[in-house]
Amino acid sequence: MTTAWRVADVVDARPETADARTLRLRIPGLTGYLAGQHVDVRLTAPDGYQAVRSYSIASAPGAGGVAADELELTVEELPDGEVSPYLVGGVAVGDQLEVRGPVGGWFVWRPGDTGPVQLIGGGSGVVPLMSMARAHAAAGSDAPFRLLYSVRTPASGFYRDELDALAGSGAAGAPLRLDYVYTREAPPGWPHAPGRLMRDALTDAVFPPADDPTFYICGSTPFVEAVSGWLVDAGHAPDRIRTERYGGIGGAP
Amino acid sequence: MTDQAPHIDHSDQSYLDGNAAAGLLAEVFAVDATTARGRCASCGDESVLARAHVHPVAGGGLVLCCAVCEGMLARATEAAGRVRIDLRGMVWLELDADGDDDGDDAV
Repeated sequence: MTTAWRVADVVDARPETADARTLRLRIPGLTGYLAGQHVDVRLTAPDGYQAVRSYSIASAPGAGGVAADELELTVEELPDGEVSPYLVGGVAVGDQLEVRGPVGGWFVWRPGDTGPVQLIGGGSGVVPLMSMARAHAAAGSDAPFRLLYSVRTPASGFYRDELDALAGSGAAGAPLRLDYVYTREAPPGWPHAPGRLMRDALTDAVFPPADDPTFYICGSTPFVEAVSGWLVDAGHAPDRIRTERYGGIGGAP
Repeated sequence: MTDQAPHIDHSDQSYLDGNAAAGLLAEVFAVDATTARGRCASCGDESVLARAHVHPVAGGGLVLCCAVCEGMLARATEAAGRVRIDLRGMVWLELDADGDDDGDDAV
């Protein structure tokens, strides 16, 4: 057998939205991780059938009162999912889960990175971006940080209060600039009709090419494809664009 | 387990980024392989594996395909506690010997 799998204790669970939940895991031996990394979670059925899925870490090292040997995942339930329904509706505090990781050295932000960062998330794709925003705030980093967050409805956004606090109502000096796009239903009085993120709204909301930002884009494959294509068309360098797709195939076995 | 290349439908958009292979590749490589650079044996493109397209393999495992030509770069399958890696789709793979990118040495 390979040895990368560890047993984690579920030490906290709280709803994020109607169909998403944040789980805090204590992983014996965990000594650190990078904002943007993920863990693989493995479930084993009584008949031995195993399913493995990848979930992005939402917490940041040393932030939010999460202990050094703990991390948090936010999981959205997929209607026909094999793993997410259990993580969102089944597993309870005191239960255990098999995990592998944290892993991944590419879609990560390090507190020593000083350049402008543009985060772009679609739906639950905000999770690893939240880890970066939390790490950025916890480090007191001077790197300019923006988040463009596309959600279906006001109620489907994750971390709303915490994001509002980080963005400080748009105040100068706030650690984060936050822009929402509502695709199905906008809040009352919102200046734009709900609809998909479009090319012009994207280029208006992100750092211009002259600022040489690094992009982290996470969402469904069509979302990531459209956004990254528009950014390249707008003059951003492809090697500054880092992407993490999620979607129907359900992650990495 | 056979050495047949799995059928992949490139007409759909159901792939993930190479990032998603980090956990499975961590079973084999001592340092993060998704930040390793490889040269595609089909078209010669040189890129980090994190930029490859990942497709699942029925029965457990992943195929990494070149983001430029969709040629198969690598296949990793996992079954009955064994991991098999097929790397013939790359001319070479260059890993960070210092392991600075594996995350275990994070702050």
